[in-house]
Amino acid sequence: MTNDYSIIGKSIAMIDAAGKTTGSGKYTDDLSLPGMLYGKILHSPHPHARIKSIDTSRAERLDGVVAVITGKDAPNPFGILPVGHDEHALALEKVRYVGDNVACVAAVSEAIAEKALEMIAVDYELLPAYFDPEESMKTETNLIHDNKPNNLEKDYHHVFGDPEKAFAEADYIAEGRFLANEVSHAAMEPHCTLASFELDPHTGTLGRLTVWSSTQVPYYLQHKLALVLEMPMSQIRVIKPLVGGGFGGKSEVIPIEIIAGIAARAAQKPVKITYTREEVFWAHRGRPRTIVDLKTAVKNDGIITAVKARVVQDGGAYCSYGVVTILYSGALLGALYDIPNIQYDGYRVLTNKPACGAMRGHGTVNVRFAFESQLDEIAAKLKMDPAEIRRRNLLKPPCITINGLRVQSYGLPECIDQIVTRSRWNERKGKLPRGRGLGIACSHYVSGAANSIIRSDMPHSTVNIKIDRDGGVVIYTGASDIGQGSDTMVAQVAAETLGCTLSRVKVVAADTDLTPIDIGSYSSRVTFMNGNATLRAAQEVKKQIAAAAAKKMNCVPEEILFRNDRLTCGDGSLTRPSLTRPGGAEIRSESATVSGRVEGQILRGSLQQKRKEEGPKDSMTFEEAVVAAIDFHGALSGTGSYAPPPEARGGKHKGAGVGPSPAYSYSAQVAEVSVDEDTGQVTVHKVWAAHDCGRALNPVSVEGQVIGSVWMGMGQALTEEMIWKDGLLMNPGLLEYRSPSSVESPEVEAIIVESIDPEGPFGAKEASEGSLAATIPAIANAIYDAVGIRLRESPFTPERVLAALRAKRSAKPLNLTEGVDPTAPTKFREHGGELCFKGKGPKRHEFDPARQPAHPGGAD
Amino acid sequence: MKKELIELRVNGLTHELAIEPSALLLDVLRRDLDLTGSKRGCDDSSCGACTVLVDGTPMLACTLLAFSCEGQEITTVEGISEHGSLAAIQKAYGDWGGAQCGYCTPGFMITVKHLLTVNPDPTEEEIRSALSGNLCRCTGYTQMYAAIKAAIEAEKKGMATLK
Ligand code: FES
Ligand code: FES
Repeated sequence: MTNDYSIIGKSIAMIDAAGKTTGSGKYTDDLSLPGMLYGKILHSPHPHARIKSIDTSRAERLDGVVAVITGKDAPNPFGILPVGHDEHALALEKVRYVGDNVACVAAVSEAIAEKALEMIAVDYELLPAYFDPEESMKTETNLIHDNKPNNLEKDYHHVFGDPEKAFAEADYIAEGRFLANEVSHAAMEPHCTLASFELDPHTGTLGRLTVWSSTQVPYYLQHKLALVLEMPMSQIRVIKPLVGGGFGGKSEVIPIEIIAGIAARAAQKPVKITYTREEVFWAHRGRPRTIVDLKTAVKNDGIITAVKARVVQDGGAYCSYGVVTILYSGALLGALYDIPNIQYDGYRVLTNKPACGAMRGHGTVNVRFAFESQLDEIAAKLKMDPAEIRRRNLLKPPCITINGLRVQSYGLPECIDQIVTRSRWNERKGKLPRGRGLGIACSHYVSGAANSIIRSDMPHSTVNIKIDRDGGVVIYTGASDIGQGSDTMVAQVAAETLGCTLSRVKVVAADTDLTPIDIGSYSSRVTFMNGNATLRAAQEVKKQIAAAAAKKMNCVPEEILFRNDRLTCGDGSLTRPSLTRPGGAEIRSESATVSGRVEGQILRGSLQQKRKEEGPKDSMTFEEAVVAAIDFHGALSGTGSYAPPPEARGGKHKGAGVGPSPAYSYSAQVAEVSVDEDTGQVTVHKVWAAHDCGRALNPVSVEGQVIGSVWMGMGQALTEEMIWKDGLLMNPGLLEYRSPSSVESPEVEAIIVESIDPEGPFGAKEASEGSLAATIPAIANAIYDAVGIRLRESPFTPERVLAALRAKRSAKPLNLTEGVDPTAPTKFREHGGELCFKGKGPKRHEFDPARQPAHPGGAD
Repeated sequence: MKKELIELRVNGLTHELAIEPSALLLDVLRRDLDLTGSKRGCDDSSCGACTVLVDGTPMLACTLLAFSCEGQEITTVEGISEHGSLAAIQKAYGDWGGAQCGYCTPGFMITVKHLLTVNPDPTEEEIRSALSGNLCRCTGYTQMYAAIKAAIEAEKKGMATLK
């Protein structure tokens, strides 16, 4: 394969950019249907209550109201994970958080629907509610879900290698507690769903259902709708219009999406429901508040010998992606650095708050904050350069980590080199005036989960390509573009493979009736998996075109160069090597039919001679070739699919399915900050972010994703936080939640590092998530460099910075081995209580490693 | 509420509409005129996704009564392409990654258009403060600055070729 490409590797505008800048692009809420009704949802005002009765009769009588539905109208439970079917579209017996869905009104206008909501009488019996995971874990009665003792959604206990021995032999051990508060995606587009039934011509009753929804996972939505509405999947069509950002918040089935379907069925009319911003915060599925107790053992030379992490996540009222989140937190302790011994204890706890789920950097971000901060402490203690300690602990790929993750391409060393150079780290670190500092941190992320949510051997992505006489290339892909640019990626990969212009390519995406299955836009899987499927589909059609063109041009198909909308015969030099390659047989037989002669050198000579004699063309246009191929094959179509290879699917232990990926992206960052010691205000001036994305198919998009990740990480580091009071969200608006505006946003210099992954499409890996996690610790470490305080609770608000500064002035020197930093959070902000759970604890299986005396210190 | 007649001038065309006196401009644009380019991103005038020009001034359509705009010239994102082709800022936002999911983009288009009208050569500081009323959750804003600078350059070049 030649190294200079004509389409990929060049920055181009997204193929749907004009629709976005002119306002002509349609998002779900921009759609309407004749006779469409508007839906509004009644939410629970209580965090935990039993529903004694619901009276909807007054609401039903209101003029303009067409249907009022409650949980009884569709009682089947659902949830994104097969192990977590614990949600109902509308509450059945209980509500479990303030904002839980109770009833829905479909009416001719939103105003009437809202008025009708006030007429619904619900009689609740209040139950004790739990807002703090530690309190929640002690509970035996009034459980949030009856089948989850101690309100424990799930706990995992993993031991790899021999951590106890490594701790015993360590030269130095760092230990500390870190707390990251809860954040939400806050995508600019509020969730919206439009559902419409058709009448069946044969039965005369409601037939097929079409749903337009702001989703990252149309196929999962189709599946869950089928489950709850008790319809065959084949009768349901899900279409994803433009989506105004997801970040994980639309990566599972949100109740609104099912409620719209139920309401449309009850009303026998199309129903559209759009969340208000406050409802978006209730729908949530964001990053849980996470407590990380972390202990790291090192040798004097800075080599890490063991890591022990105990992670407690405040998961909210439903499972959501929780089981996956808590597993990611442990699994991705591996695959960044070489850590030979790992102990992980993870607890996902239920509380009476909106469910947490997957958010950009799923499960890895808060643990990475703790780890990279602790590594900085260790470097300081060992008087080692923080960049150097990271270099000393690099993996040596290709390798399989102690916890079973296969690492191949690994651009981390170059990422570190790049940011050290660009930020002039060596000249400036530790030498800036007081109040200003530099911090470094690294992170990584999967390029797609190697195991899908529903364990099966089905390909994770399939793509069809159709080329017709008009010379247009139509790609049918299930990939869900949510603003990251996957439609453009798919078009680029196909155009590059086929050597045609981008304008020939049309992308039909994310419509379950038209496009083959793709499991969705989550776990940063789309470029890697759908890109590979597209590549294979394009290669298949290319083969058909090449065979026909070869006949016309009298050359061997493999010799033909597809480039810039032309097919050109090579000089024959390709023939020789191809004959000895696997697959050579195919070439021979194909050639033999052309020349009617024998194989090998003689054949090549005869072909060239024949070409000279007859004077066939040496090149033809893409369109001519397509026409020739259609004459020869009939309609041209190709299918390609992708399933991760078995070697990349991880180990055998319980929970081993989460974390493995065919490839990992890598990021290293330096942040420059200043801290105002009078006000506690932290300002980020610049972030240098180097990201190893394998190969940048569209550099401007890769940079955009990296910058966006860093920026979102900065939001979590400095301002963003969901503030709760007795289960009530205190800041359900964009201003109070404090998503940063342009004046608060630093310059981010994105540096692309290309490690060319052996299995990625053209070597590409993910670019949209891996950079987020490094930003928070890079800022924390820069704050330490600036004013000498170690912040262990995010976000680093002025209050927390001032408290840490005060504590530093008055406190004794930190004794890190005891983890008694005066600034470490020991209590949750509300409801008190020790963070560390010391009670009897949930019952576990006797073989659970946490119960084995060989590993004292297990979290019980 | 009983509907009343109103004449609204949007993107150079006058529309006669029957709307409720309490109707918000954003809802009238999106539902009655099917101009869905202007978006709703929040409940409390905090996001700027609904920004339109009212007599040349950027306003939040989600907090304006449509009736209060009678007799004024309203420009939405649909009205800023020039002679059937993308305005310089629209092209530049595409080329430089100023729009990812694009949901915030119509609001930014209006805000930037206004900025460049009143200040054709803004400094980076001025750009940042002009954009601060519009939130974007995808881009981190950095690529928007590059896009705006490119648009200014393109405008200058365009002017030069016209001369
Ligand atoms: S919709 Fe958010 S400011 Fe108008
Ligand atoms: S591009 Fe998605 S919100 Fe701005």
